[in-house]
Amino acid sequence: MNFLEKLLALDRRIIFLFIAIAVALPLFFTVKLHIEVTPVVRNLHNALEALPPGSKVLVSLDYDPGSMPELQPMAESFFRYCFMRDLKIIIIGLWPNGPIQANSALEVILNEPDIKKKNPKYGIDYVNLGYTAGNEVVIERMGSDIPVTFPKDYSGSKTEDLPLMKGVKNFNNIDFVYNLSAGYPGTVEWVLFGVDPYKIKLGAGNTAVQAPQIYPYLNSGQLVGLLGGMKGGAEFEIATGHPAKAVKFMFSQSVSHALICFFILIGNFAYFATRKKKGA
Amino acid sequence: METIGIWIAALLTLGIFSFLYKDNPFYKFCESLFVGISAGYWFVTTFWQVFMPKLADNLVAGRLYYIIGGVFGVLMLLRLFPKIGWLSRWSLALVVGTTAGLYFTRYLVSNGMIQVQNTIIPLYVKGNLSQTIGNLVIVIGTFSGLIYFFFSKEHKGAFGGLAKLGIWFLMLSFGASFGYTVMSRMSLLIGRMDFLLGTWLGLIR
Repeated sequence: MNFLEKLLALDRRIIFLFIAIAVALPLFFTVKLHIEVTPVVRNLHNALEALPPGSKVLVSLDYDPGSMPELQPMAESFFRYCFMRDLKIIIIGLWPNGPIQANSALEVILNEPDIKKKNPKYGIDYVNLGYTAGNEVVIERMGSDIPVTFPKDYSGSKTEDLPLMKGVKNFNNIDFVYNLSAGYPGTVEWVLFGVDPYKIKLGAGNTAVQAPQIYPYLNSGQLVGLLGGMKGGAEFEIATGHPAKAVKFMFSQSVSHALICFFILIGNFAYFATRKKKGA
Repeated sequence: METIGIWIAALLTLGIFSFLYKDNPFYKFCESLFVGISAGYWFVTTFWQVFMPKLADNLVAGRLYYIIGGVFGVLMLLRLFPKIGWLSRWSLALVVGTTAGLYFTRYLVSNGMIQVQNTIIPLYVKGNLSQTIGNLVIVIGTFSGLIYFFFSKEHKGAFGGLAKLGIWFLMLSFGASFGYTVMSRMSLLIGRMDFLLGTWLGLIR
């Protein structure tokens, strides 16, 4: 068995070990990577910049802890951006865990010195209306009546008693919708049941697995902008001028990708070289 | 208390990772624990987030017409009794019918008409080469992709050539999807590594 044949028969645990090292080692270093903000992220940022202070932004967190590494940095950077710009945040979840994820992101952001100075107040600057069952039907119902769809907030207070919710009847009173999605129900349902029938402005952050499925909605203008996976999150952090978790993880991401590409190349080289030899 | 939670999370993470070496009792324990806790969590969530607010609270408030939904829910559970299990089909019929009706128009508009409308674009944009190339890729890619899935004519000659081009477009899109999937999986691993090395061991800030 020559070297190339040995390479093809390589124990996959050795590859796992290399990947683990490629992911872990870069976390110890602070490397400034050049992260270009792509048009899909730039468009989302521009749409948000166009909102005047006091605009009401509905944030739907449709994911659970399984997608935290990708979507939690997006939630944190979005909340930070909204507080800094004095945009009012209305949080909901089509997934039961969504509002819990929102609370843990808010806990991080509300403790940042810049945000502490702003001193955002619950009920006035942000509310968490929690989760309600019904998947896409929830979106459909919100189109006619948001307080009926979410009669109480996450902590059990009446929605109509919250100052921020005064005058919020349906999507006509919402200036922008931001959806963080890891599957069903998520961005696709927001486009189908929110954007097209009610003409809401929608921006989204998706897990990388789901992002290619969402791209057609960008070209058609049904979606304002998209953050695709951790890379999209990092671009948004750069666009908002506040590099954070996603940017920090990009070095690790890049090294692991380079290693995977290397393995694909040598794997293919070894395969074709040995096949040629066998054929001869 | 938080420290204990972090230790439990770290040990369970390592337990699941141990499967990468080989199957072992520690992995089996972590897997069973995950399945059990997930089932319990979903049961409690469904009870408090669906059953109570959507049915029980409404009945208590005197909105008795909610009993209709409740009856259909009970019919669904009759699958557990083979002799009268057929009654659950009524509930399923309601769910399937409603969903089909709801999605029919939405899909037709959002994924059909609007997408088709946005494929009808100029092939040449004066003074904008990248836009021209982009539009050509969209039009040719969509057209050749559709040709590939047209099976009423044998894929031969120019028709076959277009179908082959369609395969290339499909392969490129599969490649892009696979690349994104790899990125997603790496992100999850990075998240866990950050937890183990940072939150648990305190080796990184």
